[in-house]
This record gives sequence, structure tokens and C-alpha cells, in this order.
Amino acid sequence: MTALLTLTVLVLVAIAIWQMAKIFELSQLKAENTGVATDKDNKYNGYLMFGFLFFIYGITIFSFVKYSKVLLPEASSEHGGGYDQLMWVSFAIIFFVQTITQFLLHYFAYKYRGEKGKKALFFADNDRLEFIWTIIPVIVLAGLILWGLYTWTNIMDINDEDDPLIVELYAQQFNWTARYGGEDNVLGDASVRLIDIDRANVLGLDEADPNSADDVIVKELHLPVGRKVNFMMRSQDVLHSAYMPHFRAQMNCVPGMITQFSFTPTITTEEMRLNPDVVDKVKRTNAIRAKWAAEGRPNSEPWEFDYVLICNKICGKSHYNMQMKIIVETEEEYNKWIAEQATFKEMIAPAE
Amino acid sequence: MSATGHEHGHEDHGHHHKETFVTKYIFSQDHKMIAKQYLITGVLIMGFIGIAMSLLFRMQLAWPGESFSVFEAFLGKWAPDGVMDADIYLGLVTMHGTIMVFFVLTAGLSGTFSNLLIPLQIGARDMASGFLNMLSFWMFFLSAVIMVISLFVEAGPAAAGWTIYPPLSALPMAQPGSGAGMTLWLVSMAIFIASSLLGSLNYIVTVLNLRTKGMSMTRLPLTIWAFFVTAVIGVISFPVLLSAALLLIMDRSFGTSFFLSDIFIQGEVLHYQGGSPVLFEHLFWFLGHPEVYIVILPAMGIVSEVMAVNARKPIFGYRAMIASILAIAFLSTIVWGHHMFISGMNPFLGSVFTFTTLLIAIPSAVKAFNWITTLWKGNLQLNPGMLFSIGMVSTFITGGLTGIILGDSTLDINVHDTYFVVAHFHLVMGISALYGLFAGVYHWFPKMFQGRMMNKNLGYVHFWITAIGSYGIFFPMHFVGMAGVPRRYYENTAFPMFDDLTNVQVLMTVFALITAAAQLVFAFNFIQSIFYGKKGSLNPWNATTLEWTAPQKHIHGNWPGAIPHVHRWAYDYSKTYENGEYILPGQDFVPQTVPLQDNEEELNH
Repeated sequence: MTALLTLTVLVLVAIAIWQMAKIFELSQLKAENTGVATDKDNKYNGYLMFGFLFFIYGITIFSFVKYSKVLLPEASSEHGGGYDQLMWVSFAIIFFVQTITQFLLHYFAYKYRGEKGKKALFFADNDRLEFIWTIIPVIVLAGLILWGLYTWTNIMDINDEDDPLIVELYAQQFNWTARYGGEDNVLGDASVRLIDIDRANVLGLDEADPNSADDVIVKELHLPVGRKVNFMMRSQDVLHSAYMPHFRAQMNCVPGMITQFSFTPTITTEEMRLNPDVVDKVKRTNAIRAKWAAEGRPNSEPWEFDYVLICNKICGKSHYNMQMKIIVETEEEYNKWIAEQATFKEMIAPAE
Repeated sequence: MSATGHEHGHEDHGHHHKETFVTKYIFSQDHKMIAKQYLITGVLIMGFIGIAMSLLFRMQLAWPGESFSVFEAFLGKWAPDGVMDADIYLGLVTMHGTIMVFFVLTAGLSGTFSNLLIPLQIGARDMASGFLNMLSFWMFFLSAVIMVISLFVEAGPAAAGWTIYPPLSALPMAQPGSGAGMTLWLVSMAIFIASSLLGSLNYIVTVLNLRTKGMSMTRLPLTIWAFFVTAVIGVISFPVLLSAALLLIMDRSFGTSFFLSDIFIQGEVLHYQGGSPVLFEHLFWFLGHPEVYIVILPAMGIVSEVMAVNARKPIFGYRAMIASILAIAFLSTIVWGHHMFISGMNPFLGSVFTFTTLLIAIPSAVKAFNWITTLWKGNLQLNPGMLFSIGMVSTFITGGLTGIILGDSTLDINVHDTYFVVAHFHLVMGISALYGLFAGVYHWFPKMFQGRMMNKNLGYVHFWITAIGSYGIFFPMHFVGMAGVPRRYYENTAFPMFDDLTNVQVLMTVFALITAAAQLVFAFNFIQSIFYGKKGSLNPWNATTLEWTAPQKHIHGNWPGAIPHVHRWAYDYSKTYENGEYILPGQDFVPQTVPLQDNEEELNH
């Protein structure tokens, strides 16, 4: 039905355009359509150019008013605040430049629309002007580069200071697994060549490595708030990308190597659920989902906010549904949870 | 490299070869015919396929899981009961990217206009090697045929994204598209690269050696500078993609481990050991990034030329324009790592690439400001070509500015591989390059088809719908990206946090459908004008460049008599004496063939 509707709309649009062109053409018969713009064409298109400027401004304002609320809520990690700040400064610069340059471009297109007999100004060069608009971007970009690099170096400096929690993120088509270092907070050695599905050694841990015995393997990522987490990422098959948008964190998982990312979560899931933006978003989303439920659509149960880890590198058929829930909780809650989990040694079937 | 004219063909072009249908229309060695062949195969046919694919997956994104009869008609077994399958969704995305980037915007755009304009604007009888030129087109044609055939293989076309990162693209067990479909993709691209190299070498040699008398490098129209530099970066970077493709073929078929290591898939460990997918990313983007400039530079050249002609003003800052083309070309080869900030490569490299990437914004900014100044105090003739040129500057600015965010390694972390990227590159290189292409087609159509003009009113309709539609599709898309929606997702329904974005998706798809329909207006106008277009004058836009001195009727060798000599640069529009009189009375332009007049000041541009 929708297909038919869409097609009908398309056909109608095509007919409308065709008719519009016909009318245009008939109305201009006397003027003899040579294919070259006349004064009249210049006038109409000049006005349209000016109008187009307002279309650009309009769609910008419309998008901001209507879609700002869909953006991610405040960052839930320590470095995320700095990230957001740099983002907004960059955006301020972008919108300033965009507003001015689009104005000049379209205003000139309107203002200097051609007329017969008008003389254009032969203006081929001006060293001072060119110097000005070379040096301004140089200064602005130098500032952005320095700020960006400073932030980048800090984010990417992954070290063992402040007793970080060590967590492995393990990717495979099409799910995530997390592994904690356990009591000793050290991950045991692992290799895909040691995977033994029959004995439930799904991550290929080296049983001979004493560090692996107390490792904890889980399907839900729990993080204590306020403690730095160092992620070690592995993939067993193709490229994946561990994307945690609420934490402004992302790193690819590459078969054959271990990649790293580190951040400190600052807001627990419980706290985030009370964030006004999130409350608003959940309300909005659940209104949509209630409508879907009324239509009898699947996957329309009410939603409760949770942090997620999602795959952001094309990895195959179910790439679009490769996710893991992240729960940020207090230290005590985390300790309680981790204590309940089975260690690798308890999990694995004994060798025969 | 003196600018002395090349004497080839002055005397001997007069004898006529016997032209049969085959030598004239099919295996033609004439650059004008080859340009048309590129335009029709590359732009019209491949462009139609590429855009049609995007409509299919846009519909899936707006109405996920909905049944459409169009899906069933086009996708057959890939759309059981009219519902698109997730594998074919990835296939469509991949092939859309491949076809648009390589076949339409690289071969279609460069192939058409480099071939048409290089000999005509520098005053040459033809390309340096007509035979290689013909070979280049037919290899391109072959690669296009193979790419289209790959759409019909049993397991589906390549589906690992147009960047074909291994291991996904290397292992048929990882997805069905990585079987025969990917093999054909690689074979097609290998032939495509060979074709592109033959073409590029030909363009370089022609520009360097075959300029007519008086045509020094600093008198060349900016189109030629753009095509020339584009060809140079093509020659530098395409071979690297060929090596990446060959190594990938070896990994796939001969058991080597260049890109693969430690893989456990479908219950077994594979033998690969020691390779690295990150190596492939380096090789791919060593081409891939220059590639986006290979796409945009010709469009920039066309826009500079069309804008100056229609503004009746010289392009502002001719030398700065050349310098920025050269700067962009140089920097384009050392910024590839900005596609890989979070690939697992050393973060220090990320710092280096952030630095070089943001540097490239400087020549780009200079170009944008120069275009805007070119419009200032002009006498703008708003022909369709001119509208598309202005539109190109607009989308280039809008799309380019967000590059400041993506090129910053810090900010890239959270928008990498989201729709923010998709919005950015579609505006800055997709739409902008297409606008450049349209500007060129409207402007040089009379040169291609014996003086026939395209219908301007249909051109206006085409432009305005396209201009509004393009912003309508890609402006809201930035917000989708900043909400965290990853690209290449078959549907976003697995994440309730994306539910409130569904209406944005619908809006973008509706704009996409309307905009695509407007391209049919162009196709209609194009085909109709070939046969029924009104004949215009020899120099319909009153341009100064050499191509408009050649007769409308195509002859082999371009000019019936001697090749015209050149006495000035290409931008003497509205030039006056000190007393305010035009140099040539009653005419606001001085063709390049007109010698310097008495009392005329030659400016040192």
C-alpha cells in the first residue's frame, strides 16, 4: 500500500514538473527560447537565490528547534565534558562562518544579477584580501588544532595510574562479551587458537596462565562509577567497533591485535535516568512505542533508559543489532554484582 | 616546458580516414566522442543505477521492515514478500558507494570533461595518444559491465561497504557477499584502475606537451589546471589501491595472510597468521583520501570557469586558485589517516593526521572566498550552469565546515562512522561534485552536441528542486549522526534510543525521492536536447576560451585550418581601458586568440 502511495506521489511529482516546464515554455514562446538566460531569467533566479538563503537559514533553525532534543544527553564520562565543550566551540565557529559566507554568496547572486548593458567590475586580484582570508583560517585552525591535540593526547594516554579496572571487550559476529580481570585485576592470556566451544572456553583463555583462573566472563557490562576503566579490545572474526556514545568513547576491535580505550564513568545509570533530557526522551519514545503497540507491532514494549555498547563498524548481516547493555553503578553495587559471577575456573568444563 | 605551440597535425590532418560506424561511434579515438561515451556510460547509466539503489535503501531506512512492491520487483529473492533482506541492504549500500564514487564521480566526471576540454581548451588536435584514450574508455566500460554483472551473482554483490575492509570482505563465511560478488568487485576495480591510469597519463602528457603557441601554464583556464592536477594525484594514488586489491585477492584465493590474523569463525580457527586489517586500511585510504579530491577538483575547476564566464568577470585570484589546487593536491596525499583515528593505529599518528587534515581547510577556504568575490560586482548571467556553480559553492561550504569536526581526532571519536560522516561527505563531495558535473554539462552541452543547447527552463526546474532537496536530505542527517546512529544499519529498531528519529528518516527519504525524480527532468532534457535542442550561436555564453572558436560540427582535429594561437589569459571579461571603454568595442570579453591591443595593459595575474 505504501509502495503504491509512494509510486503515485512520484508519478504525480513527475507530471507536475513536466507540466510546470511546459507552462514555462509556452509562456516564453514569444521571447524565443535560445537557451541563454535573459534579463527576466536573471531577475527571477536572482530573487530565488535570495529566497534560497532564507531556506538554508530556515532549515537550520528548523533542524535545531525540532531535532536538538534527539541529540545525546550530557556526557557520562570524565573526558566527555571536555569533548562536548570542544564540540560546541567548533560548532559555534562553524555556524558563524556558515551564516556569513552563505549570506555573501546568495546575496551577491541576487544583488549582482545580470542586466543588459550593465558593466561588471574587472577585479582580478587583491593581495591584501587574499592574505586576510588565508591568515584568519590559519589562526582559527591553529587554535582548534592545539586544543584538539591536547584533548586527544589526554584521552589516548592509557596508563595504569589510579588503579584502573581492567576489562576486555570481546567482539564476534554478532555479539559482545566482557571479561574482567577478577580478584587480581589482571586478564589471563588468550588466543582464538585456544577456543574450545565444547568446554565453554569461548574466549580462548589460556588455562595454563594462572591469571586466567579468576577472570569473569559476562554478557552485561557493569562499571563502578568514578573508577577509571581500561578497556582491552579483541575481535575473533571481522572488524567491529566498540561504540559507547554516552561516554564519548569508541575504538575498533581488530582481529589479530588488542586495541585500547580508557575512560572514567561519572554518572550512574540510576542518576542518568533522572536527567531531565533523558526523562524527556524516554517519555517521547514511549509515546511513540505506545502507538506502535496499539498497532500491534512487535518490539514496542515501554523502554527504560540504559547505556549501551553498540557495534559501529560494518560486520555482516546482523551488524544493526550487535549490542550489549552497560550498567554504571556504585562501587558497592558493583562489588556485590561481581562477587556473584562465576569465575572462568568455575565456568569451564573439566578436561577429560 | 616552454609554451611553444605543438605543430603536430597542421599539415596532415587534412587527409580523411574512411570513417565507418564502428570507428566513428564505437571504437572512436576522437576525444570528443570518447567524452560523450564516458558521459553516457559513466554518468547517465551508472548514475541512474547508483541513485536508484540509494532510493531503495532510503525507503528501507524510513519504513523499516515494510513491504514494498518495488523491492520485490527489483530485488526478487532478496526481498521475500517485498521486505528487504539485511544482506542485500548492505549490498545496496556497498554498490551505491562504489558506483557513485568510482564510476560516476571519478570516471564519469573526469572522463567526460578532461577528454572534452583538455584538447579543446589548450588548442590541441586531440589527446597525445588517441589509441590509449580509446583503450582507457573500453577498459572502463568493461569494468562497469563486470561491476553490473556482480549485482546478479547468486550470493549477492559485494556487501562489505565501499571500503571493503577485510576480514569481512575476505571471508565468504563472514557474509555471502564476500564470495563471487567480491571477486567480481576486485576484478572490476583492477581493470578500472588500469583504465584510470591510462587516462590520467594521457591527460598529463597532453597538458604538458600539446599546448598551442602562446598557451603558457599561467594562461590555462582553471578547468585544465584542475584536470591536470587531478590526473597527477590519480597516478600517484591509484596504484596503491591496485596493490591493496591484489593483496586482498591473494588473501582470498591463495591463502596468504597480508590482512588476516587470528580468526575464529563458524566454529573453526582459520590458518591466517600475522597479517593486519589496519594495513589494508592504510593502503585503501592512501588512495581513498586523494580519491575524494580526484572527485572534487574537476568540479572545482568547472565551477571556476563557468562562474567566471557567467559573472562576466575574471576569476578572482587566479594564481591563488592554482596555488590552492596544488596545495590541496599535495596535502591530500598525507591526510589519509584521519579515516583511521580509532582504527587501533598509534594515537600519535592520529595527532599528525589531525594537523595535516586541518591544514587542508586553508586552501579550501581560500577557494570558497575567491568564488564569492568573483560574484561581487559581477553582471551575473544566471544560466543553469551558473546556478549549479553557485549551488556547488554553497554545498561545498556547508559540507566542508563539518570537516573541521571530523578531521579533529578528538571530536571524531563520537561521530566516527555515524550518519554525521554520511551527511558530511555527501554534501562536500557527493552533491558538490554532482553540481560541478551538472554545471559542466549545461555549459558545454553545445560543444558536445553540435551547437545544440539544453532547455534552460527545464534546467531551472532541475536546479531548484535539486538544491532544496539536497539540503533537505543531508542537513537533518547531521542530527541523526550526532544522536549516535551508526551508518550501514539495516534498521534502527533494535535500539529504542533511536525511535524518536524515525520521523527524521522519513523526511530525508521523502526529500530523496523528490530530488531523484528531478534528475529524471535532467535526463529527459539531456536526451531530448541531443535530438531536438535549438542550435545556439558558435559561442553561446560569450566565453574567451579556445573551445568556442572550434566549429560546431565535429571534425577530427578540432579546427579546420591552423590551430589558433593564444595571446592572453582566459579571463579577460569586462576588461576596460582606463577611460572605461571595453577593450573590444561593444563586447565585454576578449577571446584568448585576440592579440594585445595598443595601449592595453597586460596584467600580471
